[in-house]
Amino acid sequence: MKYKTQKIAYYFWALSILLLVLQITYGFIMGFARIGMEGLHEIIPFNTARATHTNLLVVWLLSGFMGAAYYIIPEEAQRDLVKPKLAFLQLISLALVGVTAIVGYHLNWWEGRKFLEIPRPLDWLVVVNVLLFLGLILVTLFTGKRKTTTALVLSMGLFFAALLYLPGMIQFDSQTMDSFFRWWVVHLWVEGVWELIMGGILSFLLIKLTGVDREVIEKWLYVIVGLTFLSGILGTGHHYYYIGVNKIWLIIGGIFSMLEPLAFMAMALFAVNMYRKGEKNHPNKIALYWTLGAAIISFIGAGLLGMAHTLPQVNLYTHGTLVTAMHGHLAFWGAYGMIVLAIMSYALPNLTGRKRYDTSGSRLAYWLSNIGMLGMTLAFGVAGVAQVYLERRYGMDFMDVQNEIKVHFAVLIILATLFATGITFYVIEFFKYGLPNDEALDMNLD
Amino acid sequence: MLSKKQARALFLGGTVVTFLIFIGLTVFSLSKAQDQTNREDITESVVRGKLIWEKNNCMGCHSIFGEGAYYAPELTKVVERRGEPLIKAILMSESPWNPKGRKMVAYGMTEEEANDVIAFFKWAGNVDLNGFERIVSPLAKERLSNQN
Repeated sequence: MKYKTQKIAYYFWALSILLLVLQITYGFIMGFARIGMEGLHEIIPFNTARATHTNLLVVWLLSGFMGAAYYIIPEEAQRDLVKPKLAFLQLISLALVGVTAIVGYHLNWWEGRKFLEIPRPLDWLVVVNVLLFLGLILVTLFTGKRKTTTALVLSMGLFFAALLYLPGMIQFDSQTMDSFFRWWVVHLWVEGVWELIMGGILSFLLIKLTGVDREVIEKWLYVIVGLTFLSGILGTGHHYYYIGVNKIWLIIGGIFSMLEPLAFMAMALFAVNMYRKGEKNHPNKIALYWTLGAAIISFIGAGLLGMAHTLPQVNLYTHGTLVTAMHGHLAFWGAYGMIVLAIMSYALPNLTGRKRYDTSGSRLAYWLSNIGMLGMTLAFGVAGVAQVYLERRYGMDFMDVQNEIKVHFAVLIILATLFATGITFYVIEFFKYGLPNDEALDMNLD
Repeated sequence: MLSKKQARALFLGGTVVTFLIFIGLTVFSLSKAQDQTNREDITESVVRGKLIWEKNNCMGCHSIFGEGAYYAPELTKVVERRGEPLIKAILMSESPWNPKGRKMVAYGMTEEEANDVIAFFKWAGNVDLNGFERIVSPLAKERLSNQN
């Protein structure tokens, strides 16, 4: 590490990793419930497990992004973070809000709005927390020695992510209006500004790992985030097909969401090309694996699998089925989960001074988690397609179909175990060897 | 070949233009003339029903307008499919409803609460969903089962 305050990142990532483990645990509870093993129903019914699972995803990724910003911004701005003690305060408050929300879900304290279940009073605490985070990052950036495109794109992503949280806090009497503005948060996050954050982290990693000239990488970063917004903003329309708004969204959403994979394809081509062009033989091979993996898997999960059911004619039948779960799992894993694990894998040796670049444990973590997640996606896909045909095309009763597709969830649980084993290897590596060490400052690893 | 400056202009220009179009389409599609939701039918009872729906995170298992968790049935047009008395009985039941091996939380609602939730379902059942309502309507189910 180059600046002492960069080690704050580790503590945000430690929170991230703990929440990821908890998220997987709740995923298993849901998987077992789907094959009829509902032993925990009285204390953790499915809706509690589901809200906890998805909200933990959001919070571990946000904590991962924040950690990434605390690592990247000082290095890009060439100065220590301003007010590091406030960053720790921000971490503690983030953890407290997260824990309170999750406990609340088990006590029926929530809002029952998919992905945005956090009750309004806690929403305000989230806003204060994020404002504090943004304040620290932006003041550091603008008082630093340089303002790079990578840092600006990353900060812009984080700023707009905070701004777009607000439409989700408005109360509506109509379910249609509620849904309409909920997607302003959820869609414009994951298929908009979060891609800016991903692009910023990816660009930083490629500069470090490949040695390609910053100007070249940052030029392509602009092209990619440009494509993201050109397609993603109007692509929001694919969530408006069937919620009770004008048919114009069938055309707009259909056209622009078919273009959405372009940004992910550009990202994958960009990452692979920079790797091939690069002359720098960086020793941190596992970070390179995660970086290239994130670019490629996000293209498959978010780009191709999203495109597969985004046309209105197809979505009419797949809307509200497990086909969405198929796309959602690989998209979140590839685009956001893997990029957070990539920046952690890159930064930890630099923060600790331990040159654990390519261990057998970290390789197992990479391959097992990816093979497991690809398998889970396939299991969700088979279950989803079977559900579409049996329920939507042949008119079978919902529960009869659910019983027919149980077997795919048994397969899903086996593959999820493979995924969880991979994550366990990552967690061991993280906690056993990841604690930052001030001596690493003198080593100046990069 | 594209310069970095041109790439930045593409990003900023493209974002501003598409966002303005998005805002314009939002204003248009949410205008009163384009309403497909029968806004005037959103009574106090419907609003209370929606709040009960949210307070209990029904979307954490069920779905409405195709949005939810796909663990329990879609509830758009549920009143037409299942009838008011059965829905009321399920909502007011003190013991868990357990259809075909999958448990639902026993909410033990009062009759007034159950009526509010049903009012919400009835309103939702009349929204024009651009064809999705036909996929989940009782008529579609009947038509399809007649074909089999």
